[in-house]
Amino acid sequence: MTLRIERSLDAPRWLRVALPFLSLILAAILSGIVLELSGHDALGTYRQIYSASLTSTGGLTATFVYATPLLFTGLAVAIAFRMRVWNIGGEGQLYMGAIGASGVGLLLGGWSQPLVIVAMMAGGIVAGALWAMIPGVLRAYLQTNEILVSLMLNYVAGLAMYLLIYDSQSFWRDLTSPTALVFPQGKNLLPAATWPGIQLGSFTLPLGFVVATVLAVLLFMLVRATRFGFEMRVMADSPNAARYAGMRTKRTILAVMAISGALAGLGGASQIGDFGHVLDPRGLEQAQYGYTGIVVAALALYNPLAVVIVSIFIGALTNAGFALQGPSFPSGLVGTMEGIILFSVLGGEILGRYRLRFGREPRHVTPLDAAGAEADA
Amino acid sequence: MNATIPAEPTDRTDAPLLEMRGITKRFAGVVANDGVDFDVQAGEVHSLFGENGAGKSTLMRVLYGFHRPDAGEIRMHGSPVTIGSPADAIRHGIGMIHQHFMLVNTLSVADNVALGLPSSRGPLTDPGRVSERIRELSETYHLRVDPNAVVWQLSVGERQRVEILKALYRNVALLILDEPTAVLTPQEVDDLIAVLRQMAQDGKGLVFISHKVREVLGLSTRITVLRHGHRVGTLPASAATRDILVEMMVGHALAPERAAVATGEALSDAAIVGLTPAAGQAPPAPAVATTPPRLVVRDLTVPGDRGTDAVRGLGLEVRGGEIVGIAGVSGNGQRELAEAISGVRRSTSGSIVLDGTELTGANPARARAVGLGYVPEERTRDGVVADFSVAENLLLVDSTAPAFSRLGFLRGREIRRHCQSLVEAFDIRTPSLDTPTRTLSGGNIQKLIMARELSREPRVLLVAQPTRGIDVAAARYIHERLREQRARGTAVLIVSEDLDEVMSLADRILVMYEGSVIGEARPDASTRAEIGLMMAGIRPDAANAAAAARATT
Repeated sequence: MTLRIERSLDAPRWLRVALPFLSLILAAILSGIVLELSGHDALGTYRQIYSASLTSTGGLTATFVYATPLLFTGLAVAIAFRMRVWNIGGEGQLYMGAIGASGVGLLLGGWSQPLVIVAMMAGGIVAGALWAMIPGVLRAYLQTNEILVSLMLNYVAGLAMYLLIYDSQSFWRDLTSPTALVFPQGKNLLPAATWPGIQLGSFTLPLGFVVATVLAVLLFMLVRATRFGFEMRVMADSPNAARYAGMRTKRTILAVMAISGALAGLGGASQIGDFGHVLDPRGLEQAQYGYTGIVVAALALYNPLAVVIVSIFIGALTNAGFALQGPSFPSGLVGTMEGIILFSVLGGEILGRYRLRFGREPRHVTPLDAAGAEADA
Repeated sequence: MNATIPAEPTDRTDAPLLEMRGITKRFAGVVANDGVDFDVQAGEVHSLFGENGAGKSTLMRVLYGFHRPDAGEIRMHGSPVTIGSPADAIRHGIGMIHQHFMLVNTLSVADNVALGLPSSRGPLTDPGRVSERIRELSETYHLRVDPNAVVWQLSVGERQRVEILKALYRNVALLILDEPTAVLTPQEVDDLIAVLRQMAQDGKGLVFISHKVREVLGLSTRITVLRHGHRVGTLPASAATRDILVEMMVGHALAPERAAVATGEALSDAAIVGLTPAAGQAPPAPAVATTPPRLVVRDLTVPGDRGTDAVRGLGLEVRGGEIVGIAGVSGNGQRELAEAISGVRRSTSGSIVLDGTELTGANPARARAVGLGYVPEERTRDGVVADFSVAENLLLVDSTAPAFSRLGFLRGREIRRHCQSLVEAFDIRTPSLDTPTRTLSGGNIQKLIMARELSREPRVLLVAQPTRGIDVAAARYIHERLREQRARGTAVLIVSEDLDEVMSLADRILVMYEGSVIGEARPDASTRAEIGLMMAGIRPDAANAAAAARATT
């Protein structure tokens, strides 16, 4: 007797739509049990989460502060994984984007604000894309494993940031201000290099989030409506058919890596322009936006439009987690709740597309398979 | 059509070796077997005949324990048995020869035969005794195999003999052979049929699965015809004719020449082996000798997947308005040749020229741009993206055409109009343009690929395995389309392992053996036996002389 997971092609459409919500309800119930068992008031905690992430003063703004970088890195992962190019170097590409954008911002700080902003974005895009091209070129031409290379380059990029701020007298490092003499820090950007947010009452929508949302729509169209997207999907779903059709796989891998790296790099630029206004290696490293972006993209099923929604959701959770954390509410419990939510949503997704079956008999599901059984037998 | 149902057994000793009653097997909405009755007496060859997808293999996979039936009963010697796995089947004395052999390539024949059986020496193997027994069995059944040979050195026919030896060694009472002749040369088929006849004489029951009417008629005691998972009927071979069987298989009467196409038979239906087809039945060859060749391949060498050269110094020419067929036993470089011409695989030397344009080393997109149409052998793997919609697959090789994309954006409306017209023109049976291609039948997928390639109006059309594994109606349709291309002046090159298909379609036949063309034949001047000899690697000097003599008279 074995447990078998098989593809289910006859899942009704409404189930696919309702599934994420059912999963969230399940997660709430499971988290509630954990909360009650650990001596907390489950409903009170949920009320607190709702208020901290949405309704309290500055709560919604803070949610978008966390959502913005996740949107960038989520998009970066979504586009690459959709192509089955496993770029998990979003973290390092974001660092490089931050280095590039802050460098440009410091250099051109005296220019007019729109010009500086555009130049910073370009700096982030170019730095992130170039960094991603390293695993991209190695994968396309030398068939190296892009997972390993892009992962290792994350650490290299992190060390590069530390080198610039802590271990050298680089252009990025502040060598003059009194606080910088006590502990090394980056140069603060001039006001012209600060990206203006969009004010809606007390809520501030970061410029980066607006840019990223536009990019999400463009990415969606790129995949769905363009020749490039079509060829990309062919290569992802059937490398053999792509070869048969004469498509240029290497060029497309490079392009996808560049786009992915550019998105993560722009996320780094947004960290500098929208929020930090200074290159802060430790802050960026602790945030781990690149890795969380993988989770965001997976929850969104690599659909760029869904990444927008999921990034806000994860942003809200992160924000609420910081608000909840305190002497009576350990950060481990916050992590547990986040884990339960991810587990439920991803598990629900798998059960929606597959179903469990007990027994030892191999089954064929599609007519094609059934016909294949006849031919293969 | 009257089905002859054997009387219910009353006496246990009279019970048939095998009875299957009301076997029903469904796969997610598709009924592969619907209440099928089937029985085998000791000492008979009972053939299962029907199109691909009719449910023949499914029924036997139920019997061999790969599938559990949703309904129905299996009895051996009159008593009900439950067969939940191949191990159960083997315990009940059932053996099965699969299309893909279950042999360990690095072990010797004797080791393969003894594999999984207890040894007479406990934990130690006893190769001497095993070899001895294999020699005895080889002797009895004229199965020429050296017990000490290592399997990877053996030809396909020899490997099949090892599989049969395995079954004999285990003393099976019932042996299932699933399309055993598909991979054999005509001579090997004759050898196999002789062995099977003798096994039946020795009292074993044999189930012979085939969709080749000639073999079924030549070998069987009784024949059961399946269609769409139903049993159409069972009749003694003495009462069966080609026309009756084909009619049962496809469900309606066919004109004689259609029947020939449907069963994959060349028009030499009467021939069990080696009869010359009647004059005038071969397709009329247009006068093409005067037109310059459109596809010229010279001295082509192409590496195979294992590093050795699969195609060795091959040359061929195809003129406009003719169909040239490449025949041969699978694995003699046909696949690599097709891939090299289409640009999917790189050649290491030689040249490929299409209408005067050098194609050597070109990629598939360039080959298409120059005028090559290519239908690949592995259609669901290479020819389409299985998860894509019908429309997307119709677009697969045309996404860069200006008619379908502007400034990098796909032109949805034009694409849909184009696809809709192709679906109608090529009779692709699909619920909609957005249907996932994987849900289509093999025949409809092949029509889809043909539609896509022919819509580009190729000057040279290369089709690998045009109708392998697809249903009769679609196969007939594809053959008609290929003949239509010939009439239009396209140079058509087909590669097929089905000799009957090649003989019924081609104006000239090139036989490939070990990477080069061993000989050329004309379907109206050569016999199956002559071509079969070439497929087996025997130089055609003698055969050619005979053919030439016949041609001049």
